[in-house]
Amino acid sequence: MTEPPTAPATTADSAQKKVLSARAVTVLSVLCAGTLGVLGGLGAFTFGYGDGAAYLTNNPASCANCHVMQEHYDAWVKSSHHGVATCNDCHLPHDFAGKWITKGDNGFFHSLAFTTGNFHEPIQIKERNRRVTQSACLHCHADYVDHMLPAEPGGQMQLCVHCHGSVGHAGRESGYADRD
Amino acid sequence: MATRDSTRQPTSAISHRPGRAMLLALVFVVAVVGTLLVTWVLITMFGHKQAARQPFVRVAEVDEISTDPEPWGRNWPHQFDGWKATAGDKFYGGSSALPESKLDKYPWLKRLYAGYAFSIDYREARGHAYMLYDQGVTERVTQKPQAGACLHCHGSNTVMYRREGLKAMGLAHDDKTLASDFNMDAVIRGFQEVSKKPYSEVYALLMSSPDGTPGENEPAVPQPPIGGFTGEFAGRKIPSDHPAITGEAHPVSCIDCHDPKTMTVRITRPGFVLGIAALAASTEPTPHLPSIEKWRRGDRDRPFDPNKDATRQEMRSLVCGQCHVEYYCATKDTLEFPWGKGLKMEQLEAHWDAKKFPDGSGFYDYKHGETGAEVLKAQHPEFELWSQGIHARSGVSCADCHMPYQREGAMKVSSHNIQSPMKNINNACQQCHNDDEATLREKVETIQSRTMAQMDRAAVAMTDMLDAILEAKASGATQEQLAPVFSLQRKAMWRLDFISSENSRGFHADQEATRILGESIDYSRQAQAMALRLRAPKAPDTEQLPKEQVRGVTPTQKSPVPSDR
Repeated sequence: MTEPPTAPATTADSAQKKVLSARAVTVLSVLCAGTLGVLGGLGAFTFGYGDGAAYLTNNPASCANCHVMQEHYDAWVKSSHHGVATCNDCHLPHDFAGKWITKGDNGFFHSLAFTTGNFHEPIQIKERNRRVTQSACLHCHADYVDHMLPAEPGGQMQLCVHCHGSVGHAGRESGYADRD
Repeated sequence: MATRDSTRQPTSAISHRPGRAMLLALVFVVAVVGTLLVTWVLITMFGHKQAARQPFVRVAEVDEISTDPEPWGRNWPHQFDGWKATAGDKFYGGSSALPESKLDKYPWLKRLYAGYAFSIDYREARGHAYMLYDQGVTERVTQKPQAGACLHCHGSNTVMYRREGLKAMGLAHDDKTLASDFNMDAVIRGFQEVSKKPYSEVYALLMSSPDGTPGENEPAVPQPPIGGFTGEFAGRKIPSDHPAITGEAHPVSCIDCHDPKTMTVRITRPGFVLGIAALAASTEPTPHLPSIEKWRRGDRDRPFDPNKDATRQEMRSLVCGQCHVEYYCATKDTLEFPWGKGLKMEQLEAHWDAKKFPDGSGFYDYKHGETGAEVLKAQHPEFELWSQGIHARSGVSCADCHMPYQREGAMKVSSHNIQSPMKNINNACQQCHNDDEATLREKVETIQSRTMAQMDRAAVAMTDMLDAILEAKASGATQEQLAPVFSLQRKAMWRLDFISSENSRGFHADQEATRILGESIDYSRQAQAMALRLRAPKAPDTEQLPKEQVRGVTPTQKSPVPSDR
């Protein structure tokens, strides 16, 4: 079979190619199955090792999983809002779609930044996330501050945390959040 | 043949499947790349978790004799890298690579320091790595006899002090004893023993002290040539009557700020220990050092001890205050920090004014070369000026800005590349100030350029004063007549020097810095006026001069309120 003795050269070549191609498909299928298996297994292990499922919960401790947020978590523990609001209450929108899109967006870019090490130190909140936080303040406090809000949506105003920075992270105003 | 037939059947079906093979190949490649990425993430995660769990591994033993930073560096490589980085990209030894001369940049300094070694050679400072080297080659040391007290700050000297102290106390001073305990009493005794000895002698003692790495004498940063590059001792061999110089001396290293057992930040300098105890014993409020105020409220059964009483955050400033301060450091008396009345410029001045040399004569640093006045030399009172500023009052320590926290993987490491915060605004300033880098830089530069402008004015006033005093002398004014002028000159020069020698260009306490310069200008001009009066004719009486009487600004007839109403 490996050396077709009689057939004309051209026919033999094409037949050989077809046989090889069939074998290649079989080999490729096995390889694919193997690598996908490795990927799946390694992926599942990494997800478990990195406590990936914790990120789907509301538990504030899971935000400090990846080390960078440790000081911010510590500062929240000592803050006045500690008893009434967790990370997600202030840093995620309160509607279903907004919450999970923002969670996914931040989750991906935070992991990317911390894995590559390519991020600004000290960490700074992004514009979009700042808007999320501002909406979170108003979610609870709108009744008390509606007379301070701009007359038209999108009008200029100072963010609540400009003055009340320490309510979520103790020492934020004097910068002690990063000290121990 | 049968086999051949059976294979031919499917091949006809496969003939339109190359697309499927390509798809499979693509899936394979994607899965491989995906696996690589997941593995990378897993390994990074593992690394971070390890780093967070185990911040260091103690592979080398260090104890109280380990002045050589090299074994410390094997345990704490990040900190050691930072310490070495103070030398810059490469070690630039040699006179040609010494930084710019301040005397060339500010010619008035030559007149300010006339008659004092600083008028010979005075340059911009370099990083910590150079402190011992540069002291060895400055013409202040190579051309003028200096005291061993200079090495209180420029060398890693705790072992040398302890050894000399134990020797003087008649106790055992072998390597084992030296390595076992810090023994502050012996260190202070040794410091007092060697403080007044000549520089070269104390340098030889430092070189011959054990450094924890016997047989390894390759310095982390090179040693200066004996006798410097210029001057009479340049390139000469050590005289045979000098103690044999063996071993290796180090600039200030790990052990000078850290306890080798616990790694906590620790005070080691005898001058500071005595100075801060005197400050605590005074009544001067110290709101930026609350532990001193706490000690004062206690029973005071022992002197204030920073290693026992100060908080960790305070210690992150106090260790810097061991050297970046005002002090007396020459051969007539033991090195001394003038803190007995407080840390303000006037209080330091009052301390020196009240001090007498052991022979009973009044204290001064040098006789001014032009006028002959007995004047003071300010060293580098960074700690004292910082104490008057807003950052100190807000609880911000030296290390917060000059050694800011940086991230190494999952670890938070205080940068040991001690440098200007302006070289690292991100980590130094933005931890507290939510402004962009350009804004912060501009704020600092505004403060510094204002201070420098005020300093230029004070310098002009100072040189005008010297001219006026010289003219008065030339016209025959007596020492007795000039005494009050000299007293004003001392005040004016002390204030100008206090800010020009301080290394923050006023940033450490901006209002205080301009206030001090303002006073310097005032005293210079007062001295100038007094010196001018000494050779001016007697002033005429001014009583007889006509004085303009107060009159209404608006003539009565045009007054907005008519007088008949």
